[in-house]
Amino acid sequence: MQLDAEQLITVLAEKIGNTTPDIGVVGIHTGGVWVADKLAAKIGATRVGRVAVTLHRDDYATRGLHPQKNKTEFGFDVNGQHILLVDDVLQSGRTVRAALNELFDFGRPASVKLAALVDRGGRELPVQADYIAITMPLAGSQKLELTNTGGALRFEILEG
Amino acid sequence: MLTVNPQLTPDKRLRHLLTTEGLPKAIIENILDTADQFVSVGDREVKKVPLLRGKSVFNLFFENSTRTRTTFEIAAKRLSADVINLNINASSTSKGESLVDTIDNLIAMDADMFVVRHAQSGAAHLIAKHVNAVRPNVAVINAGDGRHAHPTQGLLDMYTIRHYKKSFHNLSVAIVGDILHSRVARSGIHALTTLGCPDVRVIGPKTLIPTECERMGVSVHHDMMRGIEGCDVVMMLRLQNERMEGPLLPSAQEFFKSYGLTAEKLARAKPDAIVMHPGPMNRGVEIESTIADGRQAVILPQVTFGIAVRMAVMSMVGAGRGESA
Repeated sequence: MQLDAEQLITVLAEKIGNTTPDIGVVGIHTGGVWVADKLAAKIGATRVGRVAVTLHRDDYATRGLHPQKNKTEFGFDVNGQHILLVDDVLQSGRTVRAALNELFDFGRPASVKLAALVDRGGRELPVQADYIAITMPLAGSQKLELTNTGGALRFEILEG
Repeated sequence: MLTVNPQLTPDKRLRHLLTTEGLPKAIIENILDTADQFVSVGDREVKKVPLLRGKSVFNLFFENSTRTRTTFEIAAKRLSADVINLNINASSTSKGESLVDTIDNLIAMDADMFVVRHAQSGAAHLIAKHVNAVRPNVAVINAGDGRHAHPTQGLLDMYTIRHYKKSFHNLSVAIVGDILHSRVARSGIHALTTLGCPDVRVIGPKTLIPTECERMGVSVHHDMMRGIEGCDVVMMLRLQNERMEGPLLPSAQEFFKSYGLTAEKLARAKPDAIVMHPGPMNRGVEIESTIADGRQAVILPQVTFGIAVRMAVMSMVGAGRGESA
């Protein structure tokens, strides 16, 4: 089955529909940031941020720190802000949990909604998205990866 | 002598931080990149991340220190660790057995990490070897051992240089003053050469430069006006009177005249050269007051970056023991 990432972003934008223009669209590094940038443009949001979840990951004790240069940045004050959290793929829910913790280190948002391109099932935490472009259950051994080639987003399914 | 490098795991990850000597370039760069992520933690509403939650960090200071101990404490607390500060008077403990006994007692109190400052070179190595044998999950960070090494200072200096100069490849760095007693200089030199800095100069009087210093890959200068010529970074060192045995210097005034950083001498360096000092500073001995407070000085940013670099090191040695243990 083929997944057209660019088309899925359009679908996601349509599902989100009209939203307040001052919503903060926050992508989760790395794939979520690419999606968030495009999504924000489609829904006319100008407040865009990004969160890195490294410092709140729950596998630190066993796997150690994931070194990455990505940093959490907001061009706005998180306090009192309505936020749309964006990721490329929703699976266990652990990344979302870490992203929420990271977000709250910067303040108390008015609300947080979650959008993802693909819900591949396999939840390990009670996390559900508010907006999903497509639901596609995958086996745990399969890897679904979003790649970015000069701004063009593409999904790849790798058989484990 | 030290035949094995106990600071790395078999798969070449950082297990302890004891010295920058022999530390692979990839690990140094990893520490600096990781520190980048931590610099901004100080700007958050919640200035804490949970990486070391539930871990106990023991600051073991057998030798006085304010800045290093405090920044290690802040770093550990920002990582959510519990910090226990022990200031152990060096005269109340003898070498060897009793140091190991002290460590065994603290391990019995469920220590997860030791930050060790000691007047004897090799103290942190000794502790690291001991914990490797008795409690492989415990990490050791050298916060300065005698004249030997002060790796987190060396790394924070690298972070500072990279922050202002972006790359090491075309840099000329001058390290000035009491090289002989300086673990900061040694740690800095090893890190600089590993990172590919092509021109490291040490400048000081013959009495304060170790013999065969050139073997470390540096050039030696006794005339500061010439040695500082065209350099990008000037690292001043503190004159360590407490470590001097016998008369190595005529006087502090004489030293300042020859090796103190003045506007006149700094003018010989590049116009955008940065001025560093590990602190504590002796104004009027190593450095002119107006230079210490001047636009080229990055001495206070060094302190701030030191917290992030120490967070990076602690989070790296404190992590991922599940697999390797």
